[in-house]
Amino acid sequence: MMYIEFLRQVLPELVLAVAALSCLIVHFALEGKGSSVFRLNMLTMVAGLGLVIAGAAVFLAPGSEPSDIGGMLAITPLTRLFKVLVLLMCLIAIILTREVFTGRHAGEYFALILFATLGMTLLISGGELLIIFVAFELTSLSLYTLTAFHKREVASAEAGLKYFLFGGVSAAFMAYGFSFLYGFAGSTRLPEIAMALQTGSLEPFLALGVVMTLVGFGFKTAAVPFHLWTPDTYEGAPISSAAFIASGSKLAGFFVLAMILGSGLKGFEGGAGWAGFEAGWVPLIAIMALLSMVIGNVTAIVQGSVKRLLAYSAIGHSGYLLLGLTAASADGVAAVFFYAVIYGLTTLGAFAVVAVIHQYRGGDRLSDFVGLREHAPGLSLCMLVFLISLAGLPPLAGFFGKFYLFTTVMNAGTSAGAQPGMLWLVAVAVAMSGLSLYYYLVILKKIYVEKPFPKDGPVKPSLLFRGTVGLLAVAVIVLGCYPNLLLEPIHSAVAAMVGGPP
Amino acid sequence: MIAWTFLSCLIGALLLLLLPRQWINTARWLALVTASVSVSVAVVAYFGYKTGPDAEVFQYVFKCEWIPLLGIQVHLAADGISLVLLLLTGLVAVTGILFSWNVEYRPKDFFAFFLLIIAGCYGVFLSFDLFLLFLFYELVIVPKYFLIAIWGSSRKEYGAMKLVVYSVVGSVLVLVGLVTLYVVSGLETFDLLELSHASYPEAVQFWAFPVLFLGFAILAGLWPFHTWAPTGHVAAPTAASMLLAGVVMKLGAYGALRVAMPLLPEGLEDWRITIAVLSTIGILYGAGVALVQRDLKFVIGYSSINHMGFVLLALVAGNTFGYSGAVLQMFSHGALAALLFAVVGRMIYDRAHTRDLDMLGSMDLGRGLSFAAVTFTIASIAAMGFPGFSGFIAELTILLGAWEAFPIFAILAVVGILITAAFTLRALQQSFFGERPAGERSSRHSAPAWPPITLSEKLGAGLLVATTLFVGLYPSPFLELILNSLKSPLMEGLI
Repeated sequence: MMYIEFLRQVLPELVLAVAALSCLIVHFALEGKGSSVFRLNMLTMVAGLGLVIAGAAVFLAPGSEPSDIGGMLAITPLTRLFKVLVLLMCLIAIILTREVFTGRHAGEYFALILFATLGMTLLISGGELLIIFVAFELTSLSLYTLTAFHKREVASAEAGLKYFLFGGVSAAFMAYGFSFLYGFAGSTRLPEIAMALQTGSLEPFLALGVVMTLVGFGFKTAAVPFHLWTPDTYEGAPISSAAFIASGSKLAGFFVLAMILGSGLKGFEGGAGWAGFEAGWVPLIAIMALLSMVIGNVTAIVQGSVKRLLAYSAIGHSGYLLLGLTAASADGVAAVFFYAVIYGLTTLGAFAVVAVIHQYRGGDRLSDFVGLREHAPGLSLCMLVFLISLAGLPPLAGFFGKFYLFTTVMNAGTSAGAQPGMLWLVAVAVAMSGLSLYYYLVILKKIYVEKPFPKDGPVKPSLLFRGTVGLLAVAVIVLGCYPNLLLEPIHSAVAAMVGGPP
Repeated sequence: MIAWTFLSCLIGALLLLLLPRQWINTARWLALVTASVSVSVAVVAYFGYKTGPDAEVFQYVFKCEWIPLLGIQVHLAADGISLVLLLLTGLVAVTGILFSWNVEYRPKDFFAFFLLIIAGCYGVFLSFDLFLLFLFYELVIVPKYFLIAIWGSSRKEYGAMKLVVYSVVGSVLVLVGLVTLYVVSGLETFDLLELSHASYPEAVQFWAFPVLFLGFAILAGLWPFHTWAPTGHVAAPTAASMLLAGVVMKLGAYGALRVAMPLLPEGLEDWRITIAVLSTIGILYGAGVALVQRDLKFVIGYSSINHMGFVLLALVAGNTFGYSGAVLQMFSHGALAALLFAVVGRMIYDRAHTRDLDMLGSMDLGRGLSFAAVTFTIASIAAMGFPGFSGFIAELTILLGAWEAFPIFAILAVVGILITAAFTLRALQQSFFGERPAGERSSRHSAPAWPPITLSEKLGAGLLVATTLFVGLYPSPFLELILNSLKSPLMEGLI
């Protein structure tokens, strides 16, 4: 293997690293010069430029199968698409940061976001367990620091510590699980693990390895019963990093989870149909999905803080995504990816609106949203679009995302004319999705129904910010009316990957 | 072409959103024009529909690929049943806007939400792809909530949320049912006509039918899942009550008739008697409860349960009389409920600020608001099922169908009609022609001068009265259309 070849393949990651370092340099160069707004603008420009170039580099990097370069990196149409999507989410998070960032160390903040993004892109193309683990740690360490960034605020410090402790333990679980998988297969590369699984028998140590790995991922993806860090972290973290954790980090996490399950643990699925349980990872995922959907959505109802509400709804959404994984089919993976992207974009939008409210009203209680339509009609309309899409009502993207997810899960493993085996879980999912409309409507009621307090002033963020949020809302509407725009690329990329070599 | 019914409403809603807040009059006129365009499309479609031995049942077909991965198409079409309900939607839309002419608080939002509901209703009646149908069915939920929660009266937020909860439970059941149909059929399509060729095992039909049927029937006010209706209707502003009782309840009955029953006929057979029992209870219970209400809107709200009970009973009667009676009753009740809510909500409540029967009785409304009194009398007579009005012909057909299928329930339904007459007369007498207290008799000249009935109210009331009279006196064009659509491949198996 030529080293230069390797450098070409990690071109986007290199660009991101350079951009992150440039942010630090720009910050030091501008220290004490110009206003803080000017410095923020410069940093946004540097970071944004870096992201755009990295996006271009994604397409310049040559393709690679998992078999190349020791199987470390997979660069396929699918990974390209998702790298671009993660970069896009990072760009939105950066624009959000520019709008609401307070404090002195903006350069570090931007650099950390970029490093986290670097970790995510590596994660997406990771073709073997070690790269996946290292990339996960790079992402997580950056995110821990981002969460605790406002070090003088107790909430932020607490959130960072909780996130770090939970994350550290989960990393330990994951590494331990990986070690069993390696011990079983004699290789850390996903395709070879799958080969070993097909020839080998079901051994206790393998089962232990799978369970440990899933526990680790359960923490990372905020699935019940490993979700306890989520509400505190979302609430205490600076909002732009909370938004990024909920969107980009979740997308990358589910991507790599689907990869490990789909290509690494192929042949060890088992089944979770009614009266058709079989040992494997599907029943585990099904139980995690069930718990996440129920506990996330039910707990969200009683929240008074919108950030916490979104955190619990994020747990519920992790449940839907895990539900999609139980299909254990290419269609199921495509449905999960589609929904994860939609969810990421929508939740970024919702967090962006919450961030601005926090900036202008000093809090994110439900009462801070009262009468928002008077003070920011455009943002209110966008929030309406985001929340209704999260609730899964038409004609928005969340509606089709859920519809597709539920249909593929029901369809998997059910032959025509037979009783659908996954009905029990899908019925719960549909019911929970209906339930979620309640708490989203509570927020919308504050915005649209209640009369504004006279003391509140207008909410008027910058044009760039309003434009970004508006574009997100338009994207959610367009993808809802014409989901093929995103569904077709994802589906064909997934199908190509599954149809290719094992 | 038929798509312009809901497209025009969607465009209208979008334009309203973009309108400056101060242009109140423009908003009103824009809404009225939009609704008129949509109803004109429906009327043109109605007259252009060809009946005859070799005419297609489903006309105005529009088909194009939408989401090929799931076999989802945009498939629009109309048969006689759709057309009748389209006309009803258009009629209630136009009159609803006429009766909302006095909305001063955030009128552009009001009309935008109103038009969104209308668009959803049109869409449901036209969709022959189940995904599309479900999309329109769900589109209605959030605008309903806002209409009631923002512009409603008495316990509006409670009523709005209750309505949403029931609607969502309904759509959850419908979604589970639809996905089951898709998966079990194995045809990889959501096209209604194609799915009707699939055969579903009886074991699946046995549970899938009640799931799907109930999902729709909740919206149609099936007892004991009806409680959203009276609360919601009472809390809603006039136009929303008209729309909820007039059209939205029909979405449920239509869905049951169009989707649940033709696709799962064996399931229908298993549950036929149960549904008949529940609908008959609904007829009697709705009438009985209406008899003791003090709030005039609650009287009408419960009378809707009673009238929709007839529709549901007719649906499960399973014969030509039943189906044609059900559709006629949907139209008739739609127009009459709209008229009754318009009189109570707009003409009386907006002037007298009360709906309590005792208070109204002492206000001498029969003399003070004679137009309202006359309209309400006509509507009441029509709702009681007097010959000459649409209610008579509809209920007569239903009773014939029910008698053929299950005579006992038909007899009980007749008892229901008698109670209907009782509560209608009671409400009419107490609200408009009540005894004035003896002391006030002397001060006759000082009776409060109500604001006069406006032109838009007269126009709206006139339209609704004329329609119900016309259909009552000359129902054959409607009946011909409905009978024609019973010949379709969907309905053939049901008779």
